[in-house]
Amino acid sequence: MKSSAVQIENLTKRFGSFVAVDTLNLDVAPGEIFGFLGPNGAGKSTTIRILCGLLAPSSGRALVAGFDVAKEPEKVRANIGYMSQKFSLYDDLTVEENLDFFAGIYAVPSAVRAERKAYALELAQLDGREKSLTRTLPGGLKQRLALGCAILHEPPILFLDEPTSGVDPIARRSFWELIYQRSEAGQTVFVTTHYMDEAEYCHRIALLYGGRGIAIGTPAELKAASGLDSMEEVFVHSIEREIEAAKQ
Amino acid sequence: MNFRRTKAVAYKEVLHILRDSRSLYMALAIPLLLLLLFGYALSLDVDRVPTLILDQDRTESSRALVEQMAGSRYFRLLAPAESYRDIERSLDRNQALLGVVIPANFSADLRANRTAKVQILADGSDSNTANIAIGYAESLIALYSAEVQTKARERIGAPEITGIDPRIRVIFNSDLKSRNYIVPGLIAVILMMVSSVLTSLCVAREWESGTMEQLLSTPLRPAEFLIGKLAAYFAVGMIDMVIAIVTGLWLFDVPLRGSPILLVVSAAIFCFGALCWGIMLSTVTRNQVLAYQLSMLTSFLPAFLLSGFIYSLENMPQMIQLVSRTVPARYLVTILKGVFLKGIGPSLLIGELAALVLYSVLIFIYAQNKMRQKVA
Repeated sequence: MKSSAVQIENLTKRFGSFVAVDTLNLDVAPGEIFGFLGPNGAGKSTTIRILCGLLAPSSGRALVAGFDVAKEPEKVRANIGYMSQKFSLYDDLTVEENLDFFAGIYAVPSAVRAERKAYALELAQLDGREKSLTRTLPGGLKQRLALGCAILHEPPILFLDEPTSGVDPIARRSFWELIYQRSEAGQTVFVTTHYMDEAEYCHRIALLYGGRGIAIGTPAELKAASGLDSMEEVFVHSIEREIEAAKQ
Repeated sequence: MNFRRTKAVAYKEVLHILRDSRSLYMALAIPLLLLLLFGYALSLDVDRVPTLILDQDRTESSRALVEQMAGSRYFRLLAPAESYRDIERSLDRNQALLGVVIPANFSADLRANRTAKVQILADGSDSNTANIAIGYAESLIALYSAEVQTKARERIGAPEITGIDPRIRVIFNSDLKSRNYIVPGLIAVILMMVSSVLTSLCVAREWESGTMEQLLSTPLRPAEFLIGKLAAYFAVGMIDMVIAIVTGLWLFDVPLRGSPILLVVSAAIFCFGALCWGIMLSTVTRNQVLAYQLSMLTSFLPAFLLSGFIYSLENMPQMIQLVSRTVPARYLVTILKGVFLKGIGPSLLIGELAALVLYSVLIFIYAQNKMRQKVA
């Protein structure tokens, strides 16, 4: 049995003739904060969706928490928390009703339910606003509540798809503090982003371009390998190199 | 199947319904509106036909005929006409539906033992009503004619002739009130429409708001998701059914001769099937507007036209009759009319009940499979 939280071998996803993910290989250790970096259309969201069992891979293999996503999607789903780009909460339900709903869906045992809900409320900084309708919350708080809902069942692995898009810088900063907390608690966090400063926060990152992984390593390793000072430069440089290679 | 997950979905859905005034309005106001509209306005009974009489004879015999018409509840006599022009004008203006002309030689013909003529003018632009009104006028005149003949025989001392006297007894709807068969059928139309329209929005909404993707990443199974949703809307459907039945019984005095339990059970099975239909459309289209339009079209029209609710299926072409066998409302309409008006029990309706169960189960399985395909 492998001890990796996420293990991807030659994963490929085609939509007709378009190759969204091209023979991707990855290995994410438990407790790691793993960042997926890449321009729009690089295949970040597609990969995350495959890992969450929302899409079936065309070929290759992906193991999440030791379970094959194509063969045992239900076991995978019991072990993950997923937050999609759109903070998928019910706008017409209150904060507490959203939490209750997801606690029910994840079948959180009633003995620990109250405690987990209280923790999620604290994490979302929504103590005392349980009765507010979700649509009245500012973006930053909605995002924290969405995370709170996704971790009610204490999943070992969290998938966050652009969790900070459309959120102000201060809220983004405090959201990353939450991500660190989750990692320290032993949860693996798999996060996609297109903010370069956020890439620096990750333990390890993979650069994706045209569905392929073009660079992988810690931010320090990537910067040292290319002799550049910031992740932004590494990112631009790597992609330019790819485009050059494609021309020849 | 995990009961807790199903319950969580059902509870959440109830909250959606309660918070969404549009759904609530649709669920409760539309059935009432339809019932009142159809119950009061849609009467297929023809009586008190506005009639204009031009009496050119002005004798005792012609006045006797006019009086007979005035005494009948089927006619409502307007102020007598002075000329043909009057009749034409009031037919044109929709003031009269029927014109009766008694010619000047009417009583002379009767006295001379010749066949007397009466002209009837009917507004054929509403052919059904015109036919019925002509029928009333003919039978009234035939009655009058028989009376005249009897009197004539008495005068010459001929023996009384005995004709055939038909004794007609209409069973099941002895007053022949159209409301009595419209209201039970209407319950089927209302249930079909409201149920399938309500659920047609509920899955597509989750796709559009992005919450579906969230749900698909959780251990929630398609069957739990669908049953949870169905449970919430089933409650709404049952409230609508009670509204429809109670309104029918108390406001419109429709007799309920059969078992109320059979009525509720068969309506419940039907309602489940209609809810599944809406959810299936919603799952397949993933688009609220499209799902809504499709559900309106595929629920209301067949339930209205091909269920035998108003238009009798026996008079339709063979092809259409075959098509109507795929319309679930047809089976419920048969059951409802049977239970309300004939008071028949389940043994006579077993075929219809089986058809409804089959329909509901098939649609549910299909919707669930469609859901599974989207997950994969």
